[in-house]
Amino acid sequence: MSLDQLSGQLLVGLINGSFYALLALGLSIIFGLLGIVNIAQGAFYMAGAYFSWLLLQAFGVNYWAALVLAPLAVALLGVALERTIIFRVYGPDHMSGLLLTLGLLLIIQGLFVYIFGANARPYPVPEELRGGWDLSFVFLPKYRVWTVAISIFVCLTTWFVIEKTSLGRTLRAANENPVLTRAFGVNVPALMTFGFGFGVALAGFAGVLAAPLYTVSPLMGADLIIIVFAIVVVGGLGSILGAVITSLSLGIVEGFTKVFYPQGSHMVIFVIMILVLLVKPAGLLGRER
Amino acid sequence: MATIEVTGRKASPGVSSITKPVLWSIGLLVFLIVPFLVYPVFLVKMLCFCLFACAFNLLASTTGLLSFGHAAFFGSAAYTAGYAAKAWGVPFEVAVAIGTMTGFALGLIIGFISVRRQGLYFAMITLALAQLVYFLAFQLPFTHADDGLSGIPRGYLLGFLSLDDNLVMYYTTLIICIVGLAVTYRIVNSPFGSILRAIRDNQPRAISLGYSVDKYKIMVFALSAAMSGTAGALKAIALGLATVYDLHWAVSGDVLVMALLGGTQTLLGPIVGAILVTVLHDYLAESGLPVPVLIGTTFVLCILLFRDGIVGELKRRLRL
Amino acid sequence: MTEPLVEIANLQAHYGSSHVLHGVNLTVGKGEIATIIGRNGAGKTTTLRAIMGILGKRNGSIRIRGEETIKAQSERIARLGVGYVPEERGIFASLSVADNLLLPPVVAQGGMSIEDIHALFPNLRERSRSPGTKLSGGEQQMLAIARVLRTGASILLLDEPTEGLAPAIVQRIRSAIEAVRQRGQTILLVEQNLRFALRLADRHYVMENGRVVDVIARAEVAQKMDCLQRYLGV
Repeated sequence: MSLDQLSGQLLVGLINGSFYALLALGLSIIFGLLGIVNIAQGAFYMAGAYFSWLLLQAFGVNYWAALVLAPLAVALLGVALERTIIFRVYGPDHMSGLLLTLGLLLIIQGLFVYIFGANARPYPVPEELRGGWDLSFVFLPKYRVWTVAISIFVCLTTWFVIEKTSLGRTLRAANENPVLTRAFGVNVPALMTFGFGFGVALAGFAGVLAAPLYTVSPLMGADLIIIVFAIVVVGGLGSILGAVITSLSLGIVEGFTKVFYPQGSHMVIFVIMILVLLVKPAGLLGRER
Repeated sequence: MATIEVTGRKASPGVSSITKPVLWSIGLLVFLIVPFLVYPVFLVKMLCFCLFACAFNLLASTTGLLSFGHAAFFGSAAYTAGYAAKAWGVPFEVAVAIGTMTGFALGLIIGFISVRRQGLYFAMITLALAQLVYFLAFQLPFTHADDGLSGIPRGYLLGFLSLDDNLVMYYTTLIICIVGLAVTYRIVNSPFGSILRAIRDNQPRAISLGYSVDKYKIMVFALSAAMSGTAGALKAIALGLATVYDLHWAVSGDVLVMALLGGTQTLLGPIVGAILVTVLHDYLAESGLPVPVLIGTTFVLCILLFRDGIVGELKRRLRL
Repeated sequence: MTEPLVEIANLQAHYGSSHVLHGVNLTVGKGEIATIIGRNGAGKTTTLRAIMGILGKRNGSIRIRGEETIKAQSERIARLGVGYVPEERGIFASLSVADNLLLPPVVAQGGMSIEDIHALFPNLRERSRSPGTKLSGGEQQMLAIARVLRTGASILLLDEPTEGLAPAIVQRIRSAIEAVRQRGQTILLVEQNLRFALRLADRHYVMENGRVVDVIARAEVAQKMDCLQRYLGV
C-alpha cells in the first residue's frame, strides 16, 4: 500500500463524503422544518444530474450554468410536489411522510427510466477542470478537488445562513415551534415550502457535480440514499452539523477501508451505525422528535 | 384496533356473518382452479409474495412497526434453501425448513438491534441493516454475486411427488401459504398477539405491568422473518433461481407497498396487495407502461385517501 | 369604553371532539386593560388561543380592529398588531436570548427599541448570548413579554404572566405592564392571581365552563369582592 494509493482513496472518500454531506444536509433541513423523511432525496439528486445533461444536450447550456439552473429546476419540481401532495401529510406522524416520499420515489424514478431508458449517459468534464496537479505523492484531478471544495463551501454557507442570519433564526424557530412562530406573524407554510425546495435543490446540485464523475443514470441515487439514511441515523436526524460531519468523516473512513479491505468499504457505515445505536440510540448529536 | 376478522363471529349486521365464509370459500375455489387458466409458475411466484406480504404484516399489524428491510430474510432464505437443495441435495421439505430457520435466525439478530426504536428510526435501521446483509451477500462465495445461484432443483414432495410438475408445485405452495395464513391468524388472535397489541397501543403501560416489551417484539419480528424466509425458500425452489437482487431494498419496498396497499389491519389486505403488485409487475411489463409509476401513484393515492389500504377501504364502505 | 379593538361575539371552540368554549362574549377597547379570570379549566387560555388563531375549530365572531378574523390564519392575526405571550412562555431553546428577542417580526410602527427593552429589563442585556432556556422562570417571562413589545404590536394577549414567579419579579412585570399601558397599548390579560389582576385592569371578565358569566368593572370590584372570590374558588 503506497502513499499514492492511500491518498487516491482518501480523495475518493472525500468526494463520496461530499455527496453524502449535500444529500444529508438537504435531508436534515427537510426533516427539521417539515418533519418529513424524504426517501426520494436520491431521486432529486438523479433529477439534477439529468437536468444538467438535458441542458447540455438539448440547449447546449454548459456545466457552469447548469450548476445554477439544474438545482433551480429541481427546486421547482420539489416545490410543486410540496404544494400539491406533500403538505397533506404534515403532522405528528412521521411515517406518513416517509411512505409518501417512498411512493414519490417510485414515481420519479419510474418516470425517468421510462423517458430516458435505463442506460447511463455520459457527461463530459468541463474544459476548465480537466487534468490535474501532479504532486509527488499523489495525482489530484482538478475536477475531483473542485467537487470536494464546492461541496464543503455550500455546506458551510448553508450552516452559516442557518446559524447566523435572521432567515436562519426564523428557520430554526419554525423548526422548533412552528405554531408559535406563526403566531408571531411569520408565514411558516411558505417557509416550509422554501425549505423543501432548498433541501431538494441541494440534492440536485450534488447531481450536477456527480454527472461528469459517475455518468447519468436513473438509478444513480438509489443506493446512495440508504447510506445517507444510515448517516443521519448516526449523526442524528435534524442535526445539521451532525449530518455534515458524519458524512465527511464517513467518506474518509470508507476511503481508508477501501485500501485495506476493499469489500468492506460499502459496509463500514452500517457497522458504525449498529455500534453507535447500541451505545447512543438517538444518534451522536440527535434529539428524538 | 387490529381486529383480524376471518369468520363471522362478530355480531355486525347480517351481511358479514354470511358473506365472510362465502367469500373465503369462493376465494379458495378460485385459487384451486386458477392454475388451469394461468401459467402456474407465475402463480407460484405470486403466492410466494402473498406469503411474504402476510409475514411482513404479521409484524406490522401486531406492533405497528413497518420494517424496511424484510428483503434480507426473503433473499437470505432463498440462498440457503437453494444452496441446500442444489449443493447438498436435501429434500424439498428440508430446504424450505432451512430457509425458514435462516429467516428466523437473522430475524432474531436484526430484531434485537432494531426493536428498541419505533416508527421512523426503526424503519431506517431495518433498511440499513438489510443493506448490510445485501453487501455481505456479495462477499460470500457461494452466492456467486452477480450471476446468482441457478439450477436449483425442485425435488420431490414427500419423497415421491415430483415438484417439476408445475401443478404439483403450485398446489404445494398453495398449501404452505394457507398454513402460513392460518399460523398468522393463530398468532394474531392468541394471548401473545393481544399482548403485542397492548404494547403497540400503550407501551409505557405494558412496561409498568411487567412485560418485557423488547422480548415480545423480537419474537414476533423473528416469526415474521421466519415466514418471510419460507416465502423466499419457496420462490428460489419454484423458480430455480436465487439472486442478490432478492436481498435488494427494492424488494423490501415492494413487500411494504403490497401490505400497505392492501391494508395492514386485515388478513386479506396484504394478499390483495401482493396479487395486485405482482400482476402489475409481470403482466404490464410487456406492455411498456412504466409499472413503478403506476404502483407508486396507486400507493401515493392510497396513503392520501385510504385509512387502511384497499381492503380496509372496501370494508369500511361495505360494512357501514 | 373607547373604540373597541377586540370584539368577541358568541365564540365557540372545539379541541378535537370536545366542545370547550360555549359562546364567549368579550370586548376590549383601545388603551384598556381587561382581564379574564376564573378557575383552571374555565377556558381562559383557550379564549386567548382562539383570538390568536392557534386553535383549530372556532365559530362565532372575533373582530380585531373591525376586521373579522374567526377563520384567519395566525400569521394574519399577528400582522394586525396582536402580540401573544403564551402561558408556557414559548422561549425557543435553539435560539439565544438575543435571537429570541429579534425573532418576532415587526408588525407595526411604535415598537420598543432594543435599548428601551434593555432599560426595562436589564437582565436580558446581560444574558444576551445565553441559550433562551438557560434563563430563570422570571427572566423567561420578561423575555416573552419583551419580544412582543419590540414588534410594535398594540394589542397584547398575556396568559398568566405571573404564574410561579416570586413577588419581586411579579412587581417587575406589573411595572412593565403599566409602562406598556402608558404607551397606549391594549392588553387582554389572563390571570389566576386575583390581586395582580385587580390592581391593573379596567374590567374583568369572569369565565366558567367555557362561557363568560360575569363582567365586573373596576369601580364595582369592592362591592363584588365576595362574588369574585367565589368564582375563583378562593
